[in-house]
Parts: sequence; structure tokens; C-alpha cells
Amino acid sequence: MKEFFEFFSFADANVRFVTLGSVLLAGSSAVVGCFTLLRKRALVGDAVAHAVLPGVCLAFILSGTKNPLILLIGAFITGWLSLIIIDFITAKSRIKEDTAIGLVLSVFFGIGILLLTSIQHSGNAAQSGLDKFLFGNAASLVGEDLIIFSIVAVLLLTATVVFYKELKLLCFDEVYAKTIGFPVRGLELLLTTLTVLAVVVGIQAVGVVLMAAMLITPAAAARFWTDKLGVMLVLAAVIGAISGVSGAFVSYTAPAMPTGPWIVLIVSLIATFSFAFAPNKGWIARIVRQRLNKKRILEENLLKLLYQLSENKQDFHTPRPMHELLDKRSFPVKEAASGLAKLKSQGYLEKIKDGWVLTAEGITRGRRVVRLHRLWELYLTQYLHLASDHVHEDAETIEHIITPELEKRLLVELNFPILDPHSSKIP
Amino acid sequence: MNAFWIILTGSLVATCCSLLGCYLILRRMAMIGDAISHAVLPGIVIAFLLTGSRDSVPMIIGAGLLGVLTTFLIEFFHKYARVQSDAAIGVTFTWLFAIGIILISVFAGQVDLDQDCVLYGEIAYVPLDLWITEGGLSLGPRTVWTIGFVTILIIAFILFGYKELFLTAFDSGYAAAIGVSTSLWYYLLMTAVSLTTVASFESVGAILVVALLVAPPATAYLLTDNFKTMLVLSVALGIIASFAGYYLAVWMDGSIAGAIATITGVEFLLAFLFSPSRGILINRKLVQPVQH
Repeated sequence: MKEFFEFFSFADANVRFVTLGSVLLAGSSAVVGCFTLLRKRALVGDAVAHAVLPGVCLAFILSGTKNPLILLIGAFITGWLSLIIIDFITAKSRIKEDTAIGLVLSVFFGIGILLLTSIQHSGNAAQSGLDKFLFGNAASLVGEDLIIFSIVAVLLLTATVVFYKELKLLCFDEVYAKTIGFPVRGLELLLTTLTVLAVVVGIQAVGVVLMAAMLITPAAAARFWTDKLGVMLVLAAVIGAISGVSGAFVSYTAPAMPTGPWIVLIVSLIATFSFAFAPNKGWIARIVRQRLNKKRILEENLLKLLYQLSENKQDFHTPRPMHELLDKRSFPVKEAASGLAKLKSQGYLEKIKDGWVLTAEGITRGRRVVRLHRLWELYLTQYLHLASDHVHEDAETIEHIITPELEKRLLVELNFPILDPHSSKIP
Repeated sequence: MNAFWIILTGSLVATCCSLLGCYLILRRMAMIGDAISHAVLPGIVIAFLLTGSRDSVPMIIGAGLLGVLTTFLIEFFHKYARVQSDAAIGVTFTWLFAIGIILISVFAGQVDLDQDCVLYGEIAYVPLDLWITEGGLSLGPRTVWTIGFVTILIIAFILFGYKELFLTAFDSGYAAAIGVSTSLWYYLLMTAVSLTTVASFESVGAILVVALLVAPPATAYLLTDNFKTMLVLSVALGIIASFAGYYLAVWMDGSIAGAIATITGVEFLLAFLFSPSRGILINRKLVQPVQH
């Protein structure tokens, strides 16, 4: 606990730097990740992340120093190359994209491991610390390194803000972007470059192996809370930043721990929470919605049945007992009973002795469902030329969905009909 | 002798991976293979903590089950939570892999695994861990027996299930129509992939399993149109990579598994450029449009 307060009071300058760095790194990769996610190329980031390793090693072998700028350039070159190769293999051979990604990812990583182990065995004292690139260590973000990576992160964020409109169009409607004269090819290149840069700076915090999570997971989580790209970007950045801070905290309290896995664990927990509980899009919200819809459909079917029973003789005041309803149409008994009770409390039904009677509102609502059902049957026979005995099932579903506006258009389209295909009157 | 055992281990791993990889790439599931190979890590660590050894059967089974669980989890995220499919893969495997690494760090004293081993294995140490019977007879490296057993299982699986695996990979609609359960064979294939990954894990590590799962089959795919030829060819390519990789690693004094992956990449590059039927540098007679 003491460490917790020590860390979050930010009294220590070192803590301030590390926190700031982690937030920038994690935040900027999350923002770029949103675009790759929306372009359905999330796993490409994984390939780039792994492909960065041989670049780092080569840069070290060639320069002999661990100057972050030089390593960064090496990483950038191989990362970029991996993306070009994936596209080239997919375009020029019958290898599919997923195979190309898996291939490039593992082969580049293999080369990287071969070089890294070779450097380690060479006994060069300067090499120690290169393996930090594997799992990341936010605590090592100090001094010059921090300044360079923070500058890159800020550049990344600026680029996304400047090209926001263009990138948005590229993600959502590439063809349209092309027709109105956007340089789509150039924008793709820009996004590629941004992705590679995001990976190159992000691996400082989480390492090459788990970098994919920093691109994919915050974006996937943010996607569940909103449909607006701008909001999604901010949310993803915040989620990334929160996990970045917690990673910095872990490496502050337990310097031997690799930070990457902790950052990923925290961001994944946030994502899983979002998948399950986000309003509207979340799993729970959808289950609730499905239940409610099912109930509503059952209730509408009950109203419809009651209306149909009385429709011919217009005897809407005759009470209909439960078993009469169940004879006509098989409802699950328990649900039907609770549906009837609910309709009563809503004022659509009244209970008289053992039977049920529609109220005025009930008649109106029941009539509407019947009308929609018959209108739709007529529409299907007239416009799709379906046989009249094939249209019932379809109408049975759509009658609960048609909005008043659609209803009006159907009426106009069908020229205010009187009879449905089965020669029943359309009420 | 050490070289022999190392190359034998490499070849056995390559055989299992290449055979299964052929089905994965044809089903466009290369990245699922990648995901499984990462996600078995926590299973391995937990099984290790419980049983205290690397080569026990319960460990392989336990960790193998986790691989199948991964496919369930990906499906669950995709189907029920409606996460976009590539994101579902990415989120699932990074998460499980992260848990595995954290477990290794926390139980560092009790688990004889380290983070580097997870990434690229320790195939060089294979000859050191010998299986010696109570009578003092040395039966060779333990790992060779484990992976050899898994190789026999995988070959038997493919021989006995050849028709079903073939049909479900190429025409799942037809397979379903003649009564082959597509989901049963899907999960059997995933179980086989998990088993192979777990068994190969300590010799080549999580990510290089992917190289052997994807690269030899992809290379073979550029060289032939016949599926049986593709299976045989990819096994041959995998074994060649084990040989060449071993000597490359000795020459560079680096990781053997990394070198094997490098060679599989070189093989692919050669096929990509010079494949007689599909190489991009080989002139093919193009059908000219008829002039009128």
C-alpha cells in the first residue's frame, strides 16, 4: 500500500517520467490500433511487432551501439518491410492473407531470435538489455530514450489529428475516397507508417511479443462503447493509458517483473468487461434485449389472437378463457399466463370471470398487428410473386418489426388494399 | 551424437507441425494456429506447478485442453459478444500468453521454465535430459520419446481421418450433407494442433512452432496442386529445414529454433520466386486472347 501512495503521489521525478512515457506509448499505439482494427487488419500489427526484432538486432550489429534512435530506425525498416512483404505475397501468389501474416511473423521473428542469441553469445558487453525488447520494461524508460520515444508518440498523435478526416474515410469507404480523388494509395502508406511507428515505440513498454495487444485490445474494447470514431479514438487512448500507468506501477514495485504482460493483462480485463457489459453492444445488454423482444412478440401474438377470434362476429366483449387461446395456437403455458397478466396491467386486457377481453387500446394494438401481417402477405404475393401459402411464416416475423412509417409506405405501395391474399379483410 | 538427437527432435516437430499446418492454411486458420501456440502457455505452467515435471502425460493433456479452450474462447468472443473475428483472436491469445508469462515470473523459483525458453525453446538441451531406466539403460533423450509419441498420434490421426479431414477442409457443405460432423472434426484438428504445440513447446518455443505450422505447408502449396503431394512435400521441407537450421545455428552460434525458422523462410522465398508452376520469376505461357 505504501508503495501505491508513493507511486501515485508522483513525488519522485523518475516516477513522473516513467508514467508519462508509458501513457504516451500505450495511448498512441491504441489510437493507431483503432484504424487498423476498423480496416479489419488487426493481426497485421502482430506481424509488424514480431518483425521489429531482426531490425533492432541488425541495427545493433551494424552500429555496435544501443543508441535508441539507431535501433528505432532499424526496427522501423524491418517492420515496414514485413508489411510490404505481406501485401506482396497476398497479391502475387495464391497464399491467403492469414497464411502470409503467420509466415512473415514467425520467419522474421525466427531471424530476430537467431541474431539476438548470436549477439548474446558473442560476449559483447554492450548487448545486455537488448532482450528488454522481448517483453518490455517501462522502468528502463529514462533520460534520452524517454525523450525520443515521447517525441515519436506525440508525432503519431498529431498525424492522426491532422489526417483524421482522410483516415476516417479510408477506414469506412475506400471506394468513395478513391472516387472523390483522395490519394488512397498514399493514405494506406501513411497508415502503414503510423502502424510501424506505433509498434516501434510501443515495444518499449510491452515488448514485441505482446505488442499486438496494445494495438488490438484497447481499440476492440472502445468499439463496444461507441459508434463515433472520434469518441472511439479517445476512449482507446484512455484505456491504453490506464494500462500503461499500471504497467509503470508494476515495474516500479517489482523491477524484476516484465511490464508487458501486466499491461496486457489489465487491458484485456478492461476489454472483456466491455465485451460483456457495454450498454447496447455488450453481450449482457444483447441478451436482455433479446429477452424483452421475445416477450413483446409473445404479447403481440396474444393480442393478435384475441383480435382474430372476435374479428368475424365483431364480438369483442365475449371473454375468452385461457384454454381457448391455447387450442388455437400453441403458446408455452407459463409464458402465456405471465404475458396475459402483464397485458392486463398495461391496460390492454381485462379479466372477466375466467376469460380475457380486449380493452379499446387492446383492440387497436391487436388490429394493428393483424393489419401488418396481412399487408406484408399481400406485399410478398404482389411484389415478389410468392404463392399465397408461402407467405405466412415471413409475415409472422415481420409484423412485430414494421414501423408506422413503413406501414404508411406499404399502404401507398399496395394502393390501400381491402383484402389479403387469403381473402381476409385487412382491418 | 548430440547433433543427431537435436536434428531428430527438430524433424519430428517439423513433421507434426507441417502435416497439421496443411489443413490450417487451407482452412484459412493460420492465425488460429498462432493463437493456440501462444495460449497453451498458462496451461503448461499450471500443469508444471501441479505435476512438477515437463514430460508427464497429464501435463501434455492439460495444456492441450487449454488450446481447445482457446478456440472456444475465440468463438465465444466472436459469436456471442460479436467481437470482430481478427480482434477476437488477437485479444484472446495475447491475454492468455500474458497470464502465462506472469505465472512464470511469480513462480520463478518453482518452475523450471524461463521467459526466453518460452519464446525459442531449448532444443540444444534436448540430448542432456536422458531417459534412463531403473536398470541403468539409457534410452535416449526424454523429449525425443514424447515428441515421437505425438508424431505417431498425429500420423495415425491423419491416416484414419484422412477422408473426413479432407472433406471438411475443402467442402464443408458437402461434408455436412454426407453426414460428416464438421464441428467434431474441427475440434479434433484443434486438439491435434494443441497437442503438437505443447509437445514441441520446450524444444522450439511458442512462436517458432508457428513457423513450422505455416511456412512448410505454404511453400508446398506453391509447388503442387495435389493435396497428398502437399502433405508429403511439406514434411520433407520441414525436415530439410531442421537439418540446415541446425548447421546454420552452429555456424552463427545462435538459437537453433530461430535458425530453423529462418530456413523455412528461405525455402518459401525460393518457392515464391522459382516454383515451376507459380514462381513469380518463372515465365509462364499466358493464354493470349484470340485476335479477330
